[in-house]
Amino acid sequence: MTVHVQTEDFDIGAEILKLRQGNTGIGAIASFVGLVRDLNKDTAVTEMVLEHYPGMTEKALIEIVEEAKRRWNLINALVIHRIGPLRPTDQIVLVVTSSAHRHEAFAACEFIMDYLKTRAPFWKKEQTAEGAHWVDARESDETAAQRWIAASN
Amino acid sequence: MITLLYFARLRESFGLASEQAELPADVTDVGSLTEWLRQRGSIWQEELAPGKPVRAAVNQDMADLDTPVRDKDEVAFFPPVTGG
Repeated sequence: MTVHVQTEDFDIGAEILKLRQGNTGIGAIASFVGLVRDLNKDTAVTEMVLEHYPGMTEKALIEIVEEAKRRWNLINALVIHRIGPLRPTDQIVLVVTSSAHRHEAFAACEFIMDYLKTRAPFWKKEQTAEGAHWVDARESDETAAQRWIAASN
Repeated sequence: MITLLYFARLRESFGLASEQAELPADVTDVGSLTEWLRQRGSIWQEELAPGKPVRAAVNQDMADLDTPVRDKDEVAFFPPVTGG
């Protein structure tokens, strides 16, 4: 289980290769890559800055991955989240999960992303031609995380 | 003495990333700490007003209003998170 918070970009192919190398028990790998998009209605986003809470961020990500491990039979998991200045089309986040069978890998990958969106201390600030503003949290992200709580009861 | 940290919009509004504070005896949890900070007035009153979407963490764990705050704790205030 590995979590990284870094400014550098990542190579999903290289990361998946590292994760699966030499492990003959892995039958499934699921991955998710989040990108910086420009969906702002009025003005184009020229840059985005990702702020985080050093120390708590790593701790929160490890706890989320540990929770995924308790819920599903995972062989391994990786989370990479970038910080600092990013531009539209840049990769922000990578989640990779491996397991013997696909269901576990798919479900755990989605769970980790849903929890990360609502529990890991990152904040996005968008820069547009009209100035900078902090991105508001979306209720749909909280709803997505809540359904896993309902599922475990 | 506790350490207070502010992130994102709150850090900018307060013009402050961190501070050390000596707490009065009646500040025992996140709720009473928030109330104590609100008494600083102006922007503190505004950003920490009841109903504002502010989150807190105590010793780097997500907290709620009832979470105890003790001497030497690290308490952070920030807006709802927006990573991923």
